[in-house]
Amino acid sequence: MNCRETQALIHGYADGELDLVTSLEVERHLQECPECAQALASLQAVRAAVKNCGLYAQAPPDLAKRVRSAMRAASRGDRTRSVRIGPWLAVAASLALLAAAVWGLARGLLTARSDDAVLARELVASHVRSQMLPSHRFDVASSDPHTVKPWFEGKLDFAPPVKDLADQGFPLIGGRLDYLQNRPVAALVYQRRKHSINLFIWPSTPDDGAAPAKVTRQGFHMIRWTSAGMTFWAVSDLNERELREFTRLVQN
Amino acid sequence: MQRDEDRERFEQSLLPHLDAAYNLARWLTRDDHDAEDLVQAAYLRALKFFGGYHMGDNRAWLLTIVRNACYTWLARQRARGTTTAFDEDVHGVESDAVGPEKRLLREEQTRSVRRAVEELPVELREVVVLREMEGLSYKEIAAVAEIPLGTVMSRLARARERLRQRLGDCADWES
Repeated sequence: MNCRETQALIHGYADGELDLVTSLEVERHLQECPECAQALASLQAVRAAVKNCGLYAQAPPDLAKRVRSAMRAASRGDRTRSVRIGPWLAVAASLALLAAAVWGLARGLLTARSDDAVLARELVASHVRSQMLPSHRFDVASSDPHTVKPWFEGKLDFAPPVKDLADQGFPLIGGRLDYLQNRPVAALVYQRRKHSINLFIWPSTPDDGAAPAKVTRQGFHMIRWTSAGMTFWAVSDLNERELREFTRLVQN
Repeated sequence: MQRDEDRERFEQSLLPHLDAAYNLARWLTRDDHDAEDLVQAAYLRALKFFGGYHMGDNRAWLLTIVRNACYTWLARQRARGTTTAFDEDVHGVESDAVGPEKRLLREEQTRSVRRAVEELPVELREVVVLREMEGLSYKEIAAVAEIPLGTVMSRLARARERLRQRLGDCADWES
């Protein structure tokens, strides 16, 4: 084996990827040729430098928890979408929900109506879906309200108010069209440290509750309010205190 | 539709590879935060297809999905014109800590190697990460990066040559 052949195989040799016969041939050449031996030594040194410098990026401690809860939320979302229930079953389910609601009211624990519970599930599913694939996060990626707001023009029959709250620590990162409660809605995406906040906006209807509401589901906090004929829902895995601060800033 | 037992089986076979997934995403994106998001997205995507696949090598399969998610991310960043410049202020030299001379030297070396790897073009960086940090075989790398075996070797050769030029003589770095 000559130098040229050896040079072509030297990485395979260093990585233990050659068959035994070829490997022995390379070895024999290396014993005779100081230049090729030097090339191997410097290649091994580079490998050692990369391996021994502690460059391995270990996953942050809370990532496993985050991934696990996102997967649970996603598989639950899948299931609710795939369940088909007959009308009678639906009536029975509504009655059961009603009974549960009355019981909950009696205990003073109820924070949301059963309609809201359905909506809350949709909101969580939508929020989680937007996190699943970076390409689902937004249709328009921009921190500029003057880019995001006009983008919705012609796509919705209302103009959602768009604010950038970067100075207050909640930078706007984009917007997208979403579909909730059988209608297209605006979804604005804000960021707080590593958390995303989805802000859903649509014109209020009589079905939408007017009073401010707060729901927590699968670890996601959701806060609703209405303003100037629009219903707003903020959804995030951010802690409740900071999400409240966010909703206050949006309203001001 | 996902049943709970499917999801548990999935968690047991794929969560042990979380570090591998994150390490690859971190090195491809060079961004801690986006790497986390991409890993989460990759897991959700993997979960979706888990039932339909006969799982051979879980780690290689997961890394393929992570890699694809990262390349999509990179293409979007490029379209937005945000990744062209490598930000030395963020990734560059940190202020020196006080300590024994040897440790300073060692830290200096670590920084140089980190930067040298970060500055490799992404297609060379990924083979280095998969080979030197993850210890994947050429065949596994070929599967993850969706390239022929010969290309794995030639990219590794190019990557190591660049690192060698960048780092100079590091024969005494082994320890």
